[in-house]
Amino acid sequence: MTEILWLGRGGQGAFTAAKLLGAAYAAKGEDFHALAFPSFGPERRGAPVRAFTKLDGKPILDRSETEKADYIIILDETLYNDGLCSLLKEGGKILINSKTSTGENIIAFDGNALAAELKLPTANTVMLGTLSAVSGTVSAEEINFAVDNYMPERIREKNKLAIGRAIEGALK
Amino acid sequence: MSKRFLSGDEAFAEGIRLAKPDVISAYPITPQTIVVERLSEMVEDGSLKSEFIHVESEHSALSCAMGASAAGVRAFTATSSQGLLYMAECLTYASGGRFPIVMMNANRSTALPWNIYGDQRDSLSLLDSGWIQAYAENAQESLDLALMSYYIAENERVSTPFMVNLDGFIVTHTYEEVDVPDVSLAEKYLPPYQTENKLDLDSPKNMAFSAGPEHNYIFKYKEHRAMLDAVPVIDEAEKKFAEIFGRKYTGLIETYLTEDADYVLITLGSIAGLCRETADKLRSEGKKAGVVRIRYMRPFPAEELAEALKNAKAAAVLEKDISFGSEGTVYTNVNSALFKNGILLPVYNFIGGLGGRNISAGDIENIYETMQTGSSEKVKFIGIEADQK
Repeated sequence: MTEILWLGRGGQGAFTAAKLLGAAYAAKGEDFHALAFPSFGPERRGAPVRAFTKLDGKPILDRSETEKADYIIILDETLYNDGLCSLLKEGGKILINSKTSTGENIIAFDGNALAAELKLPTANTVMLGTLSAVSGTVSAEEINFAVDNYMPERIREKNKLAIGRAIEGALK
Repeated sequence: MSKRFLSGDEAFAEGIRLAKPDVISAYPITPQTIVVERLSEMVEDGSLKSEFIHVESEHSALSCAMGASAAGVRAFTATSSQGLLYMAECLTYASGGRFPIVMMNANRSTALPWNIYGDQRDSLSLLDSGWIQAYAENAQESLDLALMSYYIAENERVSTPFMVNLDGFIVTHTYEEVDVPDVSLAEKYLPPYQTENKLDLDSPKNMAFSAGPEHNYIFKYKEHRAMLDAVPVIDEAEKKFAEIFGRKYTGLIETYLTEDADYVLITLGSIAGLCRETADKLRSEGKKAGVVRIRYMRPFPAEELAEALKNAKAAAVLEKDISFGSEGTVYTNVNSALFKNGILLPVYNFIGGLGGRNISAGDIENIYETMQTGSSEKVKFIGIEADQK
């Protein structure tokens, strides 16, 4: 099972990205199963929030919060701390929306710059694109399918553009 | 059929859209979940032709649904936690009036301390209210129960309201793949609601009357009989469901590897998946573990449990509930069923997941360990160590 932990602040769309990833993966076919859920509890704008995506080739029976992740994606760099590395599985990686990387298993991508250029209020789909480039778990087409089915129509094109550009940028 | 990525709430709303209730009444404030938001959007965009009535409280939500049902139409409402408790007075009105209303309840903790996380104390405290109670494990079963619940509740012999329970957050807010059936198949499955139990100018009758000691007990006996008569109707509803939609359900309980199991864990709701996964792990280590998931708490699966446990050496009940001063309510029910049917074995009770606390695979392994080694202490709280007592 591949487990992804999303860290962001309320309003940055961590759960939306978690859900799009799950929807993109599940749409691959019969043998692709996904769960996506927010950290449980009341929602508060600006407060640190977590979201989870679990991906597997068989139906996922363990619905509990992820304790060790394959990828931790940080939408807001102020949420980073060194302790996060202990939440990674062996060989796991942190993807951070930041100009600078602070460790060998930490991949930085300046999601805010790209989001600003495309006039997007948040870098959630940018970082989803980055994950696609780094992990290969879902393709751009598969994420676009999820965007078309689960995002409001007026923001779809912009987000698809962001995903495409992020994948290009991260592969460089 | 189409595969979609939906939360339990959204899946349930899709099921209700297919069931086409004429009236939906709801109070939209916390602890209500987004199931009624989705339904109000469906009514707004015209894909669900229902009268959506915003009411001023949960008490009114169920009163309103009863009014609709008494007018002879299909009614739906949804609630959770304190909202369900506030409705409690109306629950027995609905069951005593034999109104086959369907209600979705998001299983959440009860105050105080205030907490909106999941546990099952809200619905289990209302087992005696005369409602059928089913517990879903995931979003697909939630959608399917939305359809089956009307089929069962509206059966003439049953005519009993139906509460479908979804674990708060773990089912209601978790997204997963769900098959949403075609409307044409749903129409084939669920006929329009027809009843004699309604206000009718051409055939006036007395409804919601009083009945003194001379007759009251007969009504109560009939309510009890109707609930027992739901058992074969549940079977019929599931057979027809499998024929039309291709998904099979297993009646009041779902058993997993119980045929030759020495140690059987009995539970309900969304934690059952992790229990089955743990049983698989223990099997690979040579331990004969099994799982029973209770799907219906009312009518209660007494004979089914006795049959599933007849060869077991020990059993344990894992539940998100405590009846203070006694034990978990599911445990009480299970013990009564086993004793009544002459199945005598050590049965332990594990209280876990209260107020949304996580139950881990390790916790479940410990339960099997206790069944195997035995313990003089029968009722245990997961997470409370001996030195904390």
